[in-house]
Amino acid sequence: MKKLMATLALAGMMALSGCGKEDAKQAAPVAGGIPNPLRVATEGAYPPYNMVDASGNLVGFEIDMMKDVCKRMGTECQFMAQAWDGMIPALQAGRFDAIVAGMSITDERLAAVDFSKGYTTTPAYLVSANANPLQDIDYGIERIDLTEISPEEQAAIDKIKGLLKGKVLGVQTSTIHANFADAYLADVVEIRRYDTQENLALDLQTGRVEIGLADAITWNAFLQRPEGKDFSYFGPGFDGGLFGRGQGIAIAKGRPELLAALNKAIAEMKTDGSMKNLSVQWFGFDSSMP
Amino acid sequence: MNIDMILSSLPALLSGAWVTVQLVVLSLGLGFVLALAVAFGRLSSNRFVAGVTGVYVFLFRSTPLLVQIFLIYYGLGQFVGIRESFLWPILREAYWCAIIALTLNTAAYTGEILRGGIQAVPFGQIEAARALGMSRLLLYRRIVLPQALRTILPAYGNEMIQMVQATSLASAITLVELTGAARTIASRSFQPVEMFIIAGAIYLAMNFVIAQGVRWAEGRAAAGT
Repeated sequence: MKKLMATLALAGMMALSGCGKEDAKQAAPVAGGIPNPLRVATEGAYPPYNMVDASGNLVGFEIDMMKDVCKRMGTECQFMAQAWDGMIPALQAGRFDAIVAGMSITDERLAAVDFSKGYTTTPAYLVSANANPLQDIDYGIERIDLTEISPEEQAAIDKIKGLLKGKVLGVQTSTIHANFADAYLADVVEIRRYDTQENLALDLQTGRVEIGLADAITWNAFLQRPEGKDFSYFGPGFDGGLFGRGQGIAIAKGRPELLAALNKAIAEMKTDGSMKNLSVQWFGFDSSMP
Repeated sequence: MNIDMILSSLPALLSGAWVTVQLVVLSLGLGFVLALAVAFGRLSSNRFVAGVTGVYVFLFRSTPLLVQIFLIYYGLGQFVGIRESFLWPILREAYWCAIIALTLNTAAYTGEILRGGIQAVPFGQIEAARALGMSRLLLYRRIVLPQALRTILPAYGNEMIQMVQATSLASAITLVELTGAARTIASRSFQPVEMFIIAGAIYLAMNFVIAQGVRWAEGRAAAGT
């Protein structure tokens, strides 16, 4: 019930942030192409990347990372919670300067926005209840790289497709995981699209969806909570191909100074180890990109 | 405007529109039956019945429909007792949760509209019907309800049109109705404006049909008097 209240509170917050933000539309003072403050949109519902704590503040790996990035760029970060769905069009419309929301760099998105260099990368995994027979099957492979699919990998994908036939698969809407489901599984499973990852987790618990597909880090956040104790990963991890090239900061096209400054700050954080430290602090392991 | 994209998205949008039509027709139909019970409950001389229906109307008119949809879909699903009950085959489906929420919501509003319509029937007519020895059922069927329905037509037309729009909230619980379909396509193409213009036009067409239907019914009612 607490979870639900948080969801409702967030839904309310998003409704509020969706419009009436007249001040956000005003042109920000710009120094050398870098706005001050830098208006950063995040979702606030994708733990541990970004989430809302008990007192309503945005916290998470990306919030800490962005504060550091902004400091290095000599500007101030102004975070705004936004509904995941529709973030890219809102960025294009100039409602904020950057999206930092665990957004993976994909060709599809690159056609619409620019991305900084990737900062983290994690494979996608399928999750089901521990009691599900899918947990007991040997899939014969640990990791599938979709960039170039080998015969063994194709065999594993076909095996998974056969096993998932007729089941209900949950994904978050407009994610690389939804794209993967559309491209590889749409002919065998029924796909349910959730507005947030947290609502997908809620419906795994109710059994409305049998299987979920998401990023390993965000699954970890769920599996480690008491509600997640009856659920586990199964099958191989997926990356490459349409899963993109790690998560990056999205900005509107045509802002080269801002892009260069973001890339410089990210590169510095990788070199001096602060990216790795934040990753270990929030994820429990180093998932920063080289 | 990208014509190719619009054409290729039409089948998905139309199948979403079909779900919207089902939501509207089912919830308005079920809602109207329930609304009759609510109206009579509110007018009942039994204080318990009047109280219960009054609280129901108050609750469903005073909270946002989106919250009602969320509570019925995610809220009820949190209770193990409900997940193990005979209700679960219905409540586990987003489709039926949406219909339940929309039905309960419209019944609260329509119940009040109906109550007003019933109360607007001049008391003298009821007295006259009683004097003729009409039974209560006959009195309602012949005298009260026909006049009440005529009175409420404009207000009920409003309610029907609002219900068409309200169904878009069902997309919040994974249901792919018209708005959900538009959002899904927009999220892949990053062209929400085109998608929502088409979705808006389809809603407009649906409401045009309803508005014309109500006008026709009003004309018939006026001719009948």
